[in-house]
Amino acid sequence: MPVERQVTLTRMRAGQSGIVAYLQGGRGLVNRLSALGIIPGKRITKVSSTLMRGPVTVEVDRARVAIGFGMASRILVQLDDGPTK
Amino acid sequence: MKILLMGNPNVGKSVVFSRLTGVRVIASNYPGTTVGYTRGETKLGEDTAEVIDVPGTYTLEPTSEAEEVALEMLHTGDVVINVVNATNLERNLYLTLQLLEKGVPVVVALNIWDDTKHLGIDINLDKLRELLGVPVVPTVAVTGEGIKELVENIPKAASPRLPPRSRDERWAAVGSIVDQVQNVTHRHHTWRERLSDASVKPLSGGIIALVIMAASFIVVRFIGESLIGYVFDPLFDNLWAPVLMRLSELLQGGGFLHDIVIGKLIGGQVDFVQSFGLLSGGLYIPFAMVLPYVFAFYLVLSLLEDVGYLPRLAVMVDTIMHRLGLHGYAIIPTLLGFGCNVPAVLATRILESKRERFIAATLISIAVPCAALQAMIFGLVGARGVQYVVIVYGTLFVVWIILGMILRFAVRGFTPELLIEIPPYRLPQWRAMLQKVWMRVSGFLVEAIPIILGAVLVINILYFFGVFEAIASFTAPVVTNLLGLPEEAVTAIVIGFLRKDVALGMLAPLALSAKQLVIGSVVLAMFFPCIATFVVLLRELGVVNMLKSMGIMIAAALITGGILNLIL
Repeated sequence: MPVERQVTLTRMRAGQSGIVAYLQGGRGLVNRLSALGIIPGKRITKVSSTLMRGPVTVEVDRARVAIGFGMASRILVQLDDGPTK
Repeated sequence: MKILLMGNPNVGKSVVFSRLTGVRVIASNYPGTTVGYTRGETKLGEDTAEVIDVPGTYTLEPTSEAEEVALEMLHTGDVVINVVNATNLERNLYLTLQLLEKGVPVVVALNIWDDTKHLGIDINLDKLRELLGVPVVPTVAVTGEGIKELVENIPKAASPRLPPRSRDERWAAVGSIVDQVQNVTHRHHTWRERLSDASVKPLSGGIIALVIMAASFIVVRFIGESLIGYVFDPLFDNLWAPVLMRLSELLQGGGFLHDIVIGKLIGGQVDFVQSFGLLSGGLYIPFAMVLPYVFAFYLVLSLLEDVGYLPRLAVMVDTIMHRLGLHGYAIIPTLLGFGCNVPAVLATRILESKRERFIAATLISIAVPCAALQAMIFGLVGARGVQYVVIVYGTLFVVWIILGMILRFAVRGFTPELLIEIPPYRLPQWRAMLQKVWMRVSGFLVEAIPIILGAVLVINILYFFGVFEAIASFTAPVVTNLLGLPEEAVTAIVIGFLRKDVALGMLAPLALSAKQLVIGSVVLAMFFPCIATFVVLLRELGVVNMLKSMGIMIAAALITGGILNLIL
């Protein structure tokens, strides 16, 4: 069994991949993120971050989504380094 | 019958709309191109049906104003064409399932079908039709493939009336459908994807952004200058000037009619920049000074839009824009503003909160000069030296930053965080892109030229009857003492309400110093919106906020002009 590793999206390195574990936030946050397919259980890969707490870009379902830093820091990801499928 | 085109943002609804109705609409490669409704008509056998291009929405549980309106629209439609991005069923089918719960007949257009092949995505269409219970037609809207089949399937639209589900149940259902119909084969990243990722990384993204912005500016100037120098100036000088001189002789070289039609002769000759008649400056300003830059600007902007660069720029500037109370996506209306402030203010609808829309619209109206005004700045201020153009742009940029920082603290409400889908880079479809440029340029010609000619006419009549002199002496203290401009310059500021390009043109015959011309340009850019922008500001912000915005404009223009007068 691999070690359980949950980190926020902002603390992931570019290129790391994992499964969305939890969205820490109110209804508004969950609504906006889930509209773009970012829901618990989804595979998410970090593409890049920008300087000075800028947005984080991720890949979900072959689509690229840019997420503001504050929002990204409330997305918890279960790291497993690399897609399994 | 009323047909609604609905789907996620940036799946090609507007292109499908154009294909169905023949009505040309602006389509680009970024989410939120369509912010209002466009109606058109299409033939369904013998009947005519109304088609409505609805702004994109990810969900019918409204998370923004635009999505709320989309939901309201849904109740008025007889049939929904659900445009789906075939390369991303996982997200797109969520809205599809919501639509199928509503009881409205649906046809699914699986658009961007051509991309599924080289992305290694295989979709079992029959299985998808069976699981959804509605017709599913693969389409490639940009080439027109599948549109005929889509139309044939409209009468077969169906509603399975799925029972209402919770969000989690719906996502689970989407997952189950995708598992059954879609098979993705692994493949390597293409160069386009590598470039895509490079443009949102800190270092490479910053360099790409700077290179693209600098290159855009240089290309716009090069095309604009070349068109003026090699096409329009020779045409006016060699062909039109002799005609006007003959006409001038016929009118005995002066008098009321001569002043209106030809304007004042400078050294016995027509001077297109200084003679301010209907047939001299009235034609030269729109055609030979402004049009070349409007064309050049929209050519470059349309290319950036269609390639899909703009959302990436939004990511790169997000941190800066937050300092101004906005988020990165506000860069898109801002860039549109360098063409014309009217579509720019409309495009602020892509921003989520009222506060952002107020700040963005105010900043655009004050600190973003439209292409017409910029062309005149290049032409008139540029003639005195490049450094003066730099001062004008530098001042407007500093105003943009400082005013944004003030508004961030002064305007109540909050600015949500950036959350946008970044579309893949696409090679532009040249035909469609040039059509878009033509739509925008002809829009400029149709809307601007009557106002320009009207403005020149009114100016000459008012001059002739000495009305401006009365205004000038009345406002002299502000204009001469605070801004250091001659009294007559106030007429230009007043006319700036009609057209800013004409207004700046009015400063040409006043023999201003370079410093005065700089101050005049900055004040004109900031002072008041032109009438067209005024109307959209009123509509988009409401009376109260529009008045606030205007107050900020006037104060900012006078303060900035006064400071420039002191320090230059």
